[in-house]
Amino acid sequence: MMRLPPFRYFAPATLPEAVKVLADYGPAAMVLAGGTDLLPNMKRRQFTPQALVSVQQLKELRGIRETENGSVIISAGITLHELAAHPLIVSRYPALAQAAALISTPQIRNTGTLGGNVCLDTRCNYYNQSYSWRKALGFCLKKDGDICWVAPGSAKCLAISSSDTAPVLVSLGATFLLVRQGSERLVPAVDFFRDDGINYLNKDPEELLTEVHLPPPQGTRSTYLKLRRRGSFDFPVLGVAAVLRIEPDGVCTAAKIVLGAAACKPRVADNAADMLIGQKVTQALITLVAQEAAKLAKPLDNTDFAYGYRKRMAEVFVRQALTKLAE
Amino acid sequence: MNHNDTLIGKPLPKVDGLAKCFGTTKFADDLFLPRMVYGKILRAIHPHARILRVDTGKALARPGVLAAITRSDLSIKYGIMPTSQDETALAVDKVRHVGEAVAAVAALDEETAEAALEDIEVDYEVLPPIMSIEEALTAQVRIHEESKWGNAQKEVALEFGDPTAGFAQADYVREDSFFYEGSTHLPMEQHAVVADFSPDGKLTIWSSTQTPHYVHRALAKVLEIPMSHVRVIAPPVGGGFGGKSDPFPHEFCAAKLAMLTGRPVKITLTREEVFYCHRGRHPVKMWVKTGFRKDGAITAMHFRSFLDGGAYSSYGLASTYYTGALQTTTYQIPHYKFEGVRLFTNKPPCGPKRGHGTPQPRYALEVQLDKAAEALGLDPIEMRLGMLTPANSETINGLKVTTSGLRECIEKVRDRSGWSEKFHQLPPGRGIGFALSCYITGAGLPIYWNDMPHSSVQLKLDRSGGVAVFCGAIDIGQGSDSVLATVVAEELGIDPADIRLVTADTDLTPVDLGSYSSRVTLMMGNAAIEAAQKVRSLLFTVAAERLGCPEQDLSARGRKIFSRTDPERALSFAEAVQLAETHFGMLGAVGSYKPPKLAAPYKGSGVGPSPAYSFSACIAEVECDPTTGLVNPVKIWIAHDCGRAINPLLALGQVEGSVYMALGEVFMEEQVFRRGLHKIPSLLEYKSPTTLEVPEIETILVESLDSRGPYGAKEAGQGPLLPVPPAIANAVYDALGVRIDEIPITPDKVLKALVLKERGDSLRVSVPQFAFPAPIRWQPGEKEKRP
Repeated sequence: MMRLPPFRYFAPATLPEAVKVLADYGPAAMVLAGGTDLLPNMKRRQFTPQALVSVQQLKELRGIRETENGSVIISAGITLHELAAHPLIVSRYPALAQAAALISTPQIRNTGTLGGNVCLDTRCNYYNQSYSWRKALGFCLKKDGDICWVAPGSAKCLAISSSDTAPVLVSLGATFLLVRQGSERLVPAVDFFRDDGINYLNKDPEELLTEVHLPPPQGTRSTYLKLRRRGSFDFPVLGVAAVLRIEPDGVCTAAKIVLGAAACKPRVADNAADMLIGQKVTQALITLVAQEAAKLAKPLDNTDFAYGYRKRMAEVFVRQALTKLAE
Repeated sequence: MNHNDTLIGKPLPKVDGLAKCFGTTKFADDLFLPRMVYGKILRAIHPHARILRVDTGKALARPGVLAAITRSDLSIKYGIMPTSQDETALAVDKVRHVGEAVAAVAALDEETAEAALEDIEVDYEVLPPIMSIEEALTAQVRIHEESKWGNAQKEVALEFGDPTAGFAQADYVREDSFFYEGSTHLPMEQHAVVADFSPDGKLTIWSSTQTPHYVHRALAKVLEIPMSHVRVIAPPVGGGFGGKSDPFPHEFCAAKLAMLTGRPVKITLTREEVFYCHRGRHPVKMWVKTGFRKDGAITAMHFRSFLDGGAYSSYGLASTYYTGALQTTTYQIPHYKFEGVRLFTNKPPCGPKRGHGTPQPRYALEVQLDKAAEALGLDPIEMRLGMLTPANSETINGLKVTTSGLRECIEKVRDRSGWSEKFHQLPPGRGIGFALSCYITGAGLPIYWNDMPHSSVQLKLDRSGGVAVFCGAIDIGQGSDSVLATVVAEELGIDPADIRLVTADTDLTPVDLGSYSSRVTLMMGNAAIEAAQKVRSLLFTVAAERLGCPEQDLSARGRKIFSRTDPERALSFAEAVQLAETHFGMLGAVGSYKPPKLAAPYKGSGVGPSPAYSFSACIAEVECDPTTGLVNPVKIWIAHDCGRAINPLLALGQVEGSVYMALGEVFMEEQVFRRGLHKIPSLLEYKSPTTLEVPEIETILVESLDSRGPYGAKEAGQGPLLPVPPAIANAVYDALGVRIDEIPITPDKVLKALVLKERGDSLRVSVPQFAFPAPIRWQPGEKEKRP
C-alpha cells in the first residue's frame, strides 16, 4: 500500500497552543483538520511536512452562531455535513449549503471541514499523481520540477482552484478570520485566493483559518451549480456561484457571479454581474450576462472533461444559475 | 421430506457471504507469515526505452534491505498463450510501457522497500513511443523487434460462404465505422501475493488470481522448479473481471525474493500498479459492411477490427478472434468475412475483460442494425426477430448453437418496457433503445493444448456426515463456491452448510482451469455432479440393503436417505456414510468434465466454440439534455438466458453487475495516455459509476434448459454486459437524433454531434487502411482447408 512519510504529530487542546506550534515550525508544519485532502496528498508526496498540527480538539473551531447585526459566524472546523444541514445556512445562504452538500461523498463530508475545503490545495492531473508518476514525467512547477506540463510555456503554475465552497463564499462577500500567535486579521474572501497555482492562498503558514464571517443576506437569493462527470463524488470541473437581489418591482439591485474550478482562484465576474444592476432580469439579459461571465473561464486540459466543453458549459451554467434565481 | 425438494433454483445466500459482510474473509493481503518481509517493484518511467544498465548496489546497502533482483534473475519468457510467450517478469532488454517491472527489492518493511527503489539506478536509451493503432501501423520502430509482422501481433482473415455473392443479393448495403474505447477492470481488491520457499526446495504462493493452474505452470517454467515443487493457492479473490487471469511479474518477483532471502515475501500492489498490470478491454476500431434484404434479413457481412493491444500479447490472439466470432450466433448471416489485426503499442497490455473481445463488435453490430432498421423503415426489434439464429443450428463459421432463449428475452424486455408505446414517441430529449447479444459458456478449448479434463472435483465423506469438496475452481466473487456447495448438496441430499470447500490449491485440489470465459458453473458443476452421483450410488447400495428396498426407490433429501414409496424407511445421511465406509472403506469419489469436440475444421476455429451460449436482450431509456450534452440513464430492462438459474440470487447479481460495468464503459471510462503515461491511474480520477449513477435495473431471467449444463445451466457472468452500451447509444439516437458511433458517450461528443446534425453531418470514426492476408475459406460441411 502507499505509506505516509514520517512526521511529528501535535494535537493541541487550545487555539493558543495550536498557533504556537504553527509559529514554531513555520512552513514545515501543516494543519490537519479532516485530513481528507492532506493525507492522500502526503501518501503521494505532494506534502512531506515535518509536523502535523491537528485542530480536531479545538473547541474554538466548532459551531455556527449568529451575531447581533445578523451576520453569521461559522467556525472553520465544522464538518461539511454539518454545514450543509444547518438551518441557518440552508435558509439564509442556500448556495453554501448546496455547495457543501455537493462535495465528495457522505463519508468525506462527515470528516472534511469547511476550513479544509476553503484551503483545499489547487488541483491538476499532472500534479495529483503518485511520486513515481510525477517522477516519470520529470515533475512539474508546483512540486519538485520546473515546467508546467499543461502549458509548457507558462512561467506560472496553472493548477485549478477546486473548492466548491470558495466561489460561494466569495459571492456571498464572506470574510475569513486568520489567527496567528499574538495577532489575528480579517481578510475578505475575494482577497484570500491568489491567482497562482502554487501560492494560492493569501495566508502565512503560521496562520490558522478559524472563522468564516458571512454578512446578512439582505434580501438576496443565492445558488450554486456544479459540473462533474460523476454525480456521487467528484471535484468540480466547473462551479458557478450566483447571488441576486431582485426587488418587488423586478429590478435587480445586487448581483454577484463567481466561477469556480475555472482558474487558479475563483473568478469574479463583476463585469457580467454589473449588467444586471438596475435592470429587469429577463431571459435575454441573462443570455448576455452569461456570455460575458463565461469570458472569464479559461479552462485548460488538466482536469476531467474536454476543456472546450468546460468553457462552453460556463456560459450554460451561469445562464441556468441566473434563470433559477430570477424565477 | 419430499423427494421433489430441490436446492436448484432457490435464492440461497452465498456460502461466503457472511464472512465478507463481517470482514473476516482472508484475502491474499490479509495473510501474515512469521518472518515475513515486503517486496516492492521498481517500474519503468518511459513508455519505450532500451535498458542500458540496472544497478542495485546502493539499494542492497540500505539497512533493512535483504535482496534485490533484476533482469538477470528472471529472464525466462512466459505468456498466457503458448504461442505468444513474449513477457518477462523483469524487463530484459527494453521497457515497453510505463509501469513495466524493471527491478524488485525485499526489505523488512514497506517503507524501507519503497525507499530502496529510489536507490536503484537505471540507465535508459529512450526510443520513440507508439501510442495508437495508426502509429503502430505506420511507425518504422518496432516494439517487439523479433516479431514477424512489424507491430502487428496477430493478423486474421477468415471467409465463410461467398460474401461477394451475398452482397450482390442485398437490397440495401451499408458501411459504418465504430470505435470502442478501452477500459480497465477495477476490482476492489488490488493484486497481492505472498510467497514462501521452504528449505526442502518447495515453493508456495498465495496469490489473488483467477487462474491458479496457469500461474502454477508459469512459475515452474520461469523459476525452473519442477511443477511438483510449486504450490499455488488462490485465497478468495476480491473481484477479477479478467484482470487477474494472466501470470504477473509480482508473482514471480515475490517467489524469487523468497527463494533468495529464505523468508516469506509479500507484495501488494498499489491501485496505480493495478492500472499497469491492466489486461483490460482492448480499444478497437471497427468497420462493418452489411447487406440487407428489404425485410431486414442479412445477406452478407464483412467485419474488420483493429485492436490496440498494448505492449504484450497476453490473451491477444484469442481477443482478436473474439472480435469476429460471435456475430453469427445471434443473427443468421449466410455469408461472412472477418478480418482482424492486433497491434502492439507502448501501453499496458490489454487482455480479457468481462465479455473478452465481444462487447466491441457487439456495439458496432447493434448500432448498425438500428441504423439499417430505420433506413428500411422497420421496427428494430421486429426486424431482429425475423433473423435470429435458431436453436440447435450451426452458424456459417461453424459454431454450434444448442439452446437459445433469445426470442423470449427480446419479447420480455419489449413488453416490460412498453417499447411499442415509447419508441419514437417519447418527448424530446427522452429516448429508448434496444440491443441484444450472445456469449459463450466456457471456451471449448483450454489455453494450452491437451486432452485432459477442464475441471475436476473430488469428494471426501466422513463419518460425521460432513462432506469435503476439493476443486481447483476459484471464487472471484461470482459465487462459484456457492454453486459448488449447492450442486454437491443437491446430489447428496444434504445442506450446503454441511459442506467444507477446499478450492484453488494446486497441491490439494484437482485442476480446474480457472475463473475465466464463463466456464466454471458449467464445467465444475458437471464435474461435481459426476463425483457426487458416484458417491451417492455407494450410499444407495448400502442403504438399499439396510432399508430393504430397491436402489431406484431411494432418494437423498433433508440429510436423509429414504424410500420414496415409504419415506418412513430412512437412514440419516451420517448413518449411511458410516455403513458405506464399513462396507467399502474410505469414501470418496472424483468427477471430471471436458467439453465435447466442437471446433470446426479450419485454422482459427478454436475461438468461439462453446458447450452452450447465453443470450441477452436489453432496452435502455435515457434522458438527454441538449444544452449540456449530459445523458442520464432512466431505466434498464435486461433479460438474460442463463439456462437454469441454479441460484437466481447469484444470477441476478451477475446481470446487475454487468449492467454497472457496461454503464461505466458507455459513459465514463477512458484509457487516456499523455506523454506516454496513463492520464488518470486512480479510482478518483478514472471514473466509474457508483450506485447513485445507476438507474433502476429490471432483470428478467430466461431459463432455456441446456442439456450440456448442470441442471440446464449456462452462464450469467459476462454476457449481460454486451447489449447495454449499444442499447444506450440507440436510445440516445431516439432521444436526440444523433449517432455516437464510439464510446464513451460523453457530453462534449453529444454536443458536437448536435452541431454537426444542424449542418446535415454526423460524427465519424476513422478506420485505418491495412493489407490483410488472403483469407482462409471455409463453409459448414467442408473438410479442413488451409490457405
